[in-house]
Amino acid sequence: MEYFIELFFSGLTRGSIYALIALGYTMVYGIIGLINFAHGEIYMIGAFTSFIVATVLSIYGFPLLSIVLLAGLAAAVWSASYGFTIERIAYRPLRQAPRLSALISAIGMSIFLQNYVLLAQTSDFQPFPELIPDFDFMEPYAHVVGSSDIVILLTTAVSMIALTLLIKFSRVGKAMRATSQDRTMAMLVGINVNNVISMTFIIGSALAAIGGMLIASHIGQINFFIGFIAGIKAFTAAVLGGIGSIPGAVLGGFVLGLTESFATGYVSSDYEDVFAFSLLVLILIFKPAGLLGREETQKV
Amino acid sequence: MFKIEELKKSLLISLWFAFLTFPLLVIKVNPIERTVLWRWENMVYVAIGSFVISILVRLFYLHQERRRERVARGEITLGDPWIQTLLSEPRYLYPFSAAVLAVSLVFPFLFSTYQTNIMITALMYVVLGLGLNIVVGLAGLLDLGYVAFYAVGAYSYALLNYHFDIGFWMALPIGALLAALFGVLLGFPVLRLRGDYLAIVTLGFGEIIRLILENWNEFSQGPSGISNIPRPGLFGMELSLDQAILYLYYLMIAAVAFTIFVVNRLQDSRIGRAWVALREDEIACQAMGIDKRKTKLTAFALGATWAGIVGVIFAAKTTFINPASFTFLESAIILCIVVLGGMGSIFGVIVGALILILLPEHLRALSDYRMLAFGAVLVTMMIFRPQGVVANIRRSYRFESKVDGEAR
Amino acid sequence: MKKSMAKSLLVAALGFGLTVPAFAADTIKLGVAGAHSGDLASYGLPSVNAAKLVVDQVNAKGGIDGKQVELLIEDDVCKPEVATNTATKLVSDGVHVVLGHICSGATKAALPIYNNAGVVVMSPSATNPALTQSGDYPNFYRTIASDDAQARTEVDFALGTLGLTKIAVIHDKGDYGKGLAEFAKTFIEKSGKGEVTLFEGVTPGAVDYSAVVQKIKRSGAEAVIFGGYHPEASKIITQMRKKRMDTIFISDDGVKDDTFIKVAGKYAEGVYATGPKDTSSNPLSKEAVEAHKKTFGSDPGAFFENAYSAALALLNAVDQADSTDMAKVRAALQSSDVATPVGTIRFDEIGDAVGVGFAMYQVKDGQYVEVK
Repeated sequence: MEYFIELFFSGLTRGSIYALIALGYTMVYGIIGLINFAHGEIYMIGAFTSFIVATVLSIYGFPLLSIVLLAGLAAAVWSASYGFTIERIAYRPLRQAPRLSALISAIGMSIFLQNYVLLAQTSDFQPFPELIPDFDFMEPYAHVVGSSDIVILLTTAVSMIALTLLIKFSRVGKAMRATSQDRTMAMLVGINVNNVISMTFIIGSALAAIGGMLIASHIGQINFFIGFIAGIKAFTAAVLGGIGSIPGAVLGGFVLGLTESFATGYVSSDYEDVFAFSLLVLILIFKPAGLLGREETQKV
Repeated sequence: MFKIEELKKSLLISLWFAFLTFPLLVIKVNPIERTVLWRWENMVYVAIGSFVISILVRLFYLHQERRRERVARGEITLGDPWIQTLLSEPRYLYPFSAAVLAVSLVFPFLFSTYQTNIMITALMYVVLGLGLNIVVGLAGLLDLGYVAFYAVGAYSYALLNYHFDIGFWMALPIGALLAALFGVLLGFPVLRLRGDYLAIVTLGFGEIIRLILENWNEFSQGPSGISNIPRPGLFGMELSLDQAILYLYYLMIAAVAFTIFVVNRLQDSRIGRAWVALREDEIACQAMGIDKRKTKLTAFALGATWAGIVGVIFAAKTTFINPASFTFLESAIILCIVVLGGMGSIFGVIVGALILILLPEHLRALSDYRMLAFGAVLVTMMIFRPQGVVANIRRSYRFESKVDGEAR
Repeated sequence: MKKSMAKSLLVAALGFGLTVPAFAADTIKLGVAGAHSGDLASYGLPSVNAAKLVVDQVNAKGGIDGKQVELLIEDDVCKPEVATNTATKLVSDGVHVVLGHICSGATKAALPIYNNAGVVVMSPSATNPALTQSGDYPNFYRTIASDDAQARTEVDFALGTLGLTKIAVIHDKGDYGKGLAEFAKTFIEKSGKGEVTLFEGVTPGAVDYSAVVQKIKRSGAEAVIFGGYHPEASKIITQMRKKRMDTIFISDDGVKDDTFIKVAGKYAEGVYATGPKDTSSNPLSKEAVEAHKKTFGSDPGAFFENAYSAALALLNAVDQADSTDMAKVRAALQSSDVATPVGTIRFDEIGDAVGVGFAMYQVKDGQYVEVK
């Protein structure tokens, strides 16, 4: 039983990591129907920015709490700026173009950003400072679940709730929903669609940046390639949950994380990804729009 | 011609980029020695660079707008793009094809072995692109795991040769057939899925195949791969490396010619029309009495066949394969070839493959900046030519009536 | 004979001459091939720096037999299919000897091409046993010992020196890591002194390894032998220690890298790793590291000393042989000793360096110290 609980928490951590990145995927997809392959890179840039800022601040002797806050803020600001700029440069001109062209543009952007960070910084792995210290009250449970796991879990939960509320109740949220349902109609009723889409990228990217910082601190290392693998898994999670749906992304992340964890624990980690992808295929066969996705009726 | 206003905008853009690249390009920290390196000069480069680029882009758009205005005023008329004329009119097309064929036949004698070798790689991607074009371009099924079939082909030759000593020419049809079989295997579960759900499942399928090859040592020798795969034989003769490369080159030319012929015939066949109908509207297509299941499965199977064939050739060319050659990135590159060249257009796919495969090789001079440039080229090409280098011309019929409408 | 006639006929018919690298050229071309971009760049770039340093030094002394040495640097991203292009490029550029490739898979794919052109290749880092032991690659040499020797050192150390009996063997599913892990597993099982409680591969680059860490704990292993590179190793060790496990961690020279200590920080303390025998007291090694710091302003990276030694050994062999002819260079490599940062070495018939072996290291106070 203890082993089961241990695996459950491992899965939960993994799941919340996937979920945190998947939120950004799902938001962008929901609004412009584009698989934003560069999202993983935004996450990586967020991690890198917070790494740079945190290291600089710690060299100048700032206290830990202010380092965490400032690094998180910097990561969010710059990642959001990157997200905004990428949308303006690489996606906006392609809004009327075939959807696959935008996808290729996204893949190109992803390759570009990876190599940009490689050249601007280094190809080596860099040690990420431990921003989340071990809390004393967690010590009795440390062999099952660490402090950083809890922080990531909480961040995911808070982000999901905040995003859901934002989309349900705020003006921006309403505009987002309208834009996602029918862009032309949204324009007709006076919504500045361009601003709404930019806003989506900004929010999604800032979220990815916070995720990047927490996850990098959890793993303790970063390099320019971390975004790619995490991005693919997060994308899988988003689709699993029903792409475009915010609770879906989180649910998808958890399902994926738990599946991988239990597959590792009870079968073999050799095939954890095989299990993950097989589960995806299986779920999509029975629910073609994902766990929480809406089946769209097709009109002719 | 340039207003102060415009310059101001460009200045703002350059400031924005200076801000954007600040943490990553300017600061470099060493967390162990606890030192910080401030590289302010990079900020200046970025500012100047983005200023110049933004002015150039502006000029380009200005030029385009002027042109459009002049067209609107009827001063000049937009003719059919020359590529379309070239491709649609037999009197240009035949000499053109003959010329291309002639150049490709003498190519190895004009250039070094190295050039020939990378040309073989490029030609392999031409066939891969044409194969994927059936699935993505014609049938409209977004496949992100195409590399799986490529792997199936490569491993069928490698393993058949390893265990049963089966030669290249025997393995070629077997590899193709096995790949087609896997195409159908993938096709079944995804029949109901559409769009991006399909994309992720195919991506997963590609990963599953790679992971199995990686983990199942008894079957595939795992990550250390299979070495000493024989190159294709020519009537039992032992070829030296240069000769083998030459031989492979002509083999690939033949394969490309064969593929073009078959794909071209397929496009105009009953099944080809069904694919296009399926791409345009699934429901309407079913209403017309087309069997959706059969159409989709044949698209997957026929697309996979080409990957299987190229897979066998790939194994024979490198003489060593391991699962690391069949990653998602490979699928993405093949997809890029199809889209960048111009979806659905055979000529476009060929151009796309030549650009995308030869470009990184020739960008070797840029060394470290190679992949950076590659990514930038992908984005730029898409922004300025979203329909691809050679857009596919829809077969259109003009009615000689007052309304000059195309049958769109 | 018939074959060769058919061959020469074909060559004549195609009008296609071979470009055999000859000594007639006025420079000696040293190719450097390996991963210089992509995710494994950090293993390949140090060898470029090493080659630059050696070549500068040799050229400053007037070159070899009056000829200057020229560097041809080509990237293979550690991919077999790219490596064949890289090799063909180097050969058609008239390369005489090659330092590389970095990854075993890429090396295997490239070797036949060099062999065909009569080019000797020396890798600083390709440790796959088959490269030398299979006899398929007569032109291959390396300045690093092969994986089975390394696995042997690890297992002997765990079972013998530490007296452990229960060992979990973990790998990264890669060419290098999995091969090594399989050797370790076989050696443990054959020894009869211990048991393998767990044999698993982890997915490289995964965001979290706690599930596999829990599994290690459950298996009751006293020690983990890990085959793979340092990014995964540091993630696993960090998570093990965070889960308050004090399982002994033994790994390979993919981990015996200062980056591992930097990244894993305090969690690296006490980790064992095999690596080439300690050479830090070797004056040549000190000199090489100093030169690197002076020229490039940073500490050298992975396999730097092996690459430096390989470059020295290759150029020395060309010097001794007074030729770049493959047979003569091979003979020189096998007959003459050369002083390098990894010690005074020569090569055996199959291409492994004699005198290069493995020693066990342990991280103490943030540094690898040889375990005596």
